[in-house]
Amino acid sequence: MECDGVAWFDSAAGVRLSPQERRVGFVFQDYALFPHMTALGNIVSALGHLPSRARAARARDLLAMVHLEGLEGRRPDDLSGGQRQRVALARALARDPAVLLLDEPFSAVDQVTRGKLHRELAQLRRAVRVPIVLVTHDLEEAGRLADRMTILHQGRTLQTGRPFDILARPDNALVARLVGQRNVFEGEIAAHSAERGVMLLRWGPITLEVRDDPRFAAGDRVAWMVPAAGIILHRRDRPSRGEHENPVHGVVEEYVPLGDTAQVAMRVDGDADTVLAFAVSTHVAGRNGIKPGVAIAVSLLAEAIHLMAA
Amino acid sequence: MDWPALSLSLHLALWTCAILIPMGVVIARTLAFRPPRAKGLIEALIALPLVLPPTVLGYYLMVLMGNATPFGQAWAALTGRSLVFTFEGLLIASVLFNLPFAVQPLQRAFDAIPPNLREAAWVGGMSAWTTFCRVELPIAWPGLLSALVLTFAHTLGEFGVVLMVGGSIPGETKTIAIAIYDRVQAFDDAAAGIMSMFLLLFSFLTIGLVYALGGRVARRRG
Repeated sequence: MECDGVAWFDSAAGVRLSPQERRVGFVFQDYALFPHMTALGNIVSALGHLPSRARAARARDLLAMVHLEGLEGRRPDDLSGGQRQRVALARALARDPAVLLLDEPFSAVDQVTRGKLHRELAQLRRAVRVPIVLVTHDLEEAGRLADRMTILHQGRTLQTGRPFDILARPDNALVARLVGQRNVFEGEIAAHSAERGVMLLRWGPITLEVRDDPRFAAGDRVAWMVPAAGIILHRRDRPSRGEHENPVHGVVEEYVPLGDTAQVAMRVDGDADTVLAFAVSTHVAGRNGIKPGVAIAVSLLAEAIHLMAA
Repeated sequence: MDWPALSLSLHLALWTCAILIPMGVVIARTLAFRPPRAKGLIEALIALPLVLPPTVLGYYLMVLMGNATPFGQAWAALTGRSLVFTFEGLLIASVLFNLPFAVQPLQRAFDAIPPNLREAAWVGGMSAWTTFCRVELPIAWPGLLSALVLTFAHTLGEFGVVLMVGGSIPGETKTIAIAIYDRVQAFDDAAAGIMSMFLLLFSFLTIGLVYALGGRVARRRG
């Protein structure tokens, strides 16, 4: 394990740097502030590498950087969750770290504070030129804050890449499910049509047209997924041309309006075990009379369907 | 008032604290932070003086320190003095029978320190020693104070073990608790009464102090 050219851990070479020797800024999940020290004292405690005269001034600078001027003398017990987290962040930065590690830093604060802290972290990232490793279970958070994302599952790295790429093109069905894709299925490549640039994918009784993918040949078993955004509801009153694209018929199983958008689950006709999940605007759902038990049809956009090795 | 006996008791209590508290910190920290496989067994051994009749503990200590055992012989060869019926022997006994009074509050105190506070100190660049002084002790000090006060007060009051191991030699092993018994045996109720009252008040004050301080800390952290 290397950081900025310094080996931290190398079992073969017998290198094992102690926590004190690793230049890492660590923000703990519950912040781990020292309860008997003030906010300033907590930051000063991590400034051991500076001469003692310079520490208080540097600690004040760091507190200002996380917008906590005036709270120097408060103890952790007298700070709010968001304020505690900023003290923890300032303390982590105090070490002048080569890398900043944030262990689920936003899990213990309310949603409003979380949004604020997200924006501040994005600002901070521009202000301090230090790579930041953020551990989170919140995919939305990862997608919003990260340049690169790594999916870990049971101690193994499954996929690394830009968040958009991982969300849109997971390597396999497991990654697809871990990043929250609900429409992950199995199928078989029925035919290959290179000149039209399409392949036919057999999915139970239904055959879908998908973009040509040279990794697969006719007869291959594949896993595939379609993101919720790749599923378009057909209007019941007025059919349109787009409805020729991979039409799938079914019955509304679940309808959950959440503000502006509504989540819909549709049980596919002819295959009782298969449910497609997608979202529509609440007003569109209302106009089309969507409610549990109603028969509807959707199109699966060929561009959005992503094939994976089975 | 038997002033030499009181002075001896105070000496014994101070020395016991001086030896036992650092020892107790080491034992308590080990049990709390790096529990050995035999943790339960060790805890049981440490708690033993709480339930054992002092005479039983005293008997075994007397045998162990006697000139018939390798330990007793080695001590005599090294120092030229026997352990039984001497202040040094009494001090060893005192350290042992006070083990639970020192270790248990300390262990509770160290147990209550969240592990990631120490990790935070380490990644912040603090050495293990600095972490101990600046993070662990300031958080665990109420436990340290309890250990200190309980050990001190309990040493002043111990009777059975002292009698078995030390006998009642004036200026050497005759503590104030023994002196009270001595006075009662001699029908000197007035002296016994004064000394008893002194021990009663002293014990009440120290225990009261511990509870008061503990309560204040609990309220501040509440």
